[in-house]
Amino acid sequence: MAASETTTAPSVLTRDGLGRLIDVLRADGWTVVAPVARDGAIVLDEIATLADLPAGWTDEQDGGTYRLVRRDDEALFGYAVGPQSWKQRFLVPRLKLWSARREAGGFAVDATAEPSPRLALLGARSCDLHAIAIQDRVLQGGAFVDADYASRRENVLVVAVQCGKAGGTCFCVSMGTGPRADAGFDLALTEILDGSGQRFLAEVGSERGRALLERLDAAPAAQTDRDTARAIVERTARSMGRRLDPTGVREVLQRNLEHPRWDDVAARCLTCANCTLVCPTCFCTTVEDVTDLTGDHAERWRRWDSCFALDFSYIHGGNVRSSPRARYRQWLTHKLGTWIDQFGTSGCVGCGRCITWCPVGIDLTQEVAAIRATDGAGTKGDADGDA
Amino acid sequence: MTIAAPAPPLAPTPCRIRRVARETRDTFTLELDVAPSPVFRPGQFAMLYAFGVGEVPISYSGDPARSDVTVHTTREVGPVTRALGALRRGATVGCRGPYGAPWPLDDARGHDVVLVAGGIGLAPLRPAVYALAARRAEFGRVAVLYGARGPADVLFARDLERWRSTADIDVHVTVDAGTPTWKGNVGVVTGLIPRAQIDPRRTTALLCGPEVMMRFAAEALRARGVPAASIRLSLERNMKCAVGWCGHCQLGAAFVCKDGPVFGYDVAERLLAMREL
Amino acid sequence: METLERILSGHPFFAGLAPRHLDLLVGCASNVRFKADEFVFHAGAEANEFYLIRGGRISLEIAPPGRMPLVLQTLGEGEILGWSWLVPPYHWVLDARAVEPTRAIALDGRCLRGKCEADHDLGYELLKRFALIMEQGLQAARLQLLDVYGAG
Repeated sequence: MAASETTTAPSVLTRDGLGRLIDVLRADGWTVVAPVARDGAIVLDEIATLADLPAGWTDEQDGGTYRLVRRDDEALFGYAVGPQSWKQRFLVPRLKLWSARREAGGFAVDATAEPSPRLALLGARSCDLHAIAIQDRVLQGGAFVDADYASRRENVLVVAVQCGKAGGTCFCVSMGTGPRADAGFDLALTEILDGSGQRFLAEVGSERGRALLERLDAAPAAQTDRDTARAIVERTARSMGRRLDPTGVREVLQRNLEHPRWDDVAARCLTCANCTLVCPTCFCTTVEDVTDLTGDHAERWRRWDSCFALDFSYIHGGNVRSSPRARYRQWLTHKLGTWIDQFGTSGCVGCGRCITWCPVGIDLTQEVAAIRATDGAGTKGDADGDA
Repeated sequence: MTIAAPAPPLAPTPCRIRRVARETRDTFTLELDVAPSPVFRPGQFAMLYAFGVGEVPISYSGDPARSDVTVHTTREVGPVTRALGALRRGATVGCRGPYGAPWPLDDARGHDVVLVAGGIGLAPLRPAVYALAARRAEFGRVAVLYGARGPADVLFARDLERWRSTADIDVHVTVDAGTPTWKGNVGVVTGLIPRAQIDPRRTTALLCGPEVMMRFAAEALRARGVPAASIRLSLERNMKCAVGWCGHCQLGAAFVCKDGPVFGYDVAERLLAMREL
Repeated sequence: METLERILSGHPFFAGLAPRHLDLLVGCASNVRFKADEFVFHAGAEANEFYLIRGGRISLEIAPPGRMPLVLQTLGEGEILGWSWLVPPYHWVLDARAVEPTRAIALDGRCLRGKCEADHDLGYELLKRFALIMEQGLQAARLQLLDVYGAG
């Protein structure tokens, strides 16, 4: 997808225009996946019409807390991110890799893949677009390319949304991943809801996006709307719920692997793996080999896994990372530190999901700040330090 | 709309077992018919699949010059290796590979080479010895130091003797615990290092065995003046995919399946010293 | 004597010794030979010498009552055998037996103990070197104890 085309001026879509966009995408054969309100949260699911969007809802998020609350307007995108991310669609939670059947003299393997759907992502946030790019690097950027992931990523259309409200646990500004999306989309919408009505500033990010807009007869955006949209996003940037200083965080973590703070967080962490499930960049998977009752048919399935699982690091009769302390340390030092060595960027996009969905409200921005504040604690020189 | 298969990286190729050899009480070797055999380099590993049971990483332990067969030696330590160990000639296993960073033999040209093996660790080193023997003139002194638990656990006795007698390789075998009929060395394999005939400044050391043994051996080599970067260890971690996607094999910033399994001690020392890393 | 001096001065264990100390050691040294299965020393006996092995193999053993002797370690060419001569009560703890015909240089420990008391510099030099031997022995014993090749 081409970077934001500064040469194509933004347009404005009405609410009806957005509805028509959804209709046009569906008519073109796209499966439109967008936020919907269900089970007390904003999740991502297939939608049929504009009416499926969570109009008039917002969220209140904090450590270990998530509530849907009614707004006093009918904004369609007036919330931050929910527990799901686009990871569900590309690195799918369960995938049959291949099947095999016994035959005379051995067995035969069938690795034919299911065709993947053509997805249009509606309402993708900047942090999540960065997360997709990060997972692209992991699964497509190395010597081996994950063919199923690549296939699902190949036919994707993105209608991003510039955030009009910062979530209670958001810190995309700290991580340089938002709130404004500058690339990775075909169209980017900024919702404006004021005295002049509900409308969406639409920025073009690709030729495909430009062609779409043309079919919707979108009017060029007035300068006032462009200013208003910019101001909305700037206000979002100023009201982040959390802050994390990423400078040198890789080195800070690397030299504090025996810091007493790890014991502190281990006393709270349940190793429930929620953080890894909701994190849009976590990519760990495992394989399961199964047979049917006859023993003649076998399958290998891939499913999501988590470094918090006790046997994640099992070798020769023992788990390398047995203690919760070791497993939490692995997750955090990987996400913010060694990920940079491996893939050239941080693994964290500041979406805040891990903070919101941790049952005990562990906040990695706090953990990092605590370690920074007592950098070097727990090493030989710290004779008087607390254990 | 494209249809992409998850194979090749993750789907096994069915391979017929040409020969099964029981090496010791708990160790066996499979020779697989693969024609043409994938070109592997000493130190690399394959993922072997027992139908319906599962898949494990097992090093290539045969001669890399052979193109008709691949050889894999392993201990029985879990359900998959036990299932593989129950198979007989003519049965089929799944095989995919080769994966991993190999022993850097080209970098060792002109050097003395000392290979320190412990237990099953001789299996991933055997291809390196074959390769060194085939190009013997390119290297200085070559020594194999091999430690096993007891006399009944010594692997590849015929190869050891042939290397000693015909390949101009110093071979020293020791056991941790002797038996009344054992007339050879008794003591840990690290005890053989101070006496190895090598020039430490121009030596490459290849180590493979239990992690504790490799750490002790690396320290003994470093005490003799071999630079840490010239000491290579073959490490092992939990592996599911072998291609850097599943995340299981991470050790610090390294993926053992693709950045390793062979690592220099300059990198590995810190990774091995920290508990539960 | 000249041969002994050349052998001792060329061996890494004695490297760095001052010439007067090397002379003292040479004065306490003699060539010895053991036949296969011949005992070098027995557990419990007075420890009054140590050996530099020139060729062959010596096993350190212990024989529990009613059981076959257990070999704890073997030593070969170039290795130093015996540090009990330096540590009170100066008794051997294990048996040492030549597994095959073995040549060695024996150094008179009782004589050297006296010289170390008189010349502390010599004492310090020998203790430094034997501390290394003991440390290596301890590390090896620990590694054996871990039974790293064992099941699991």
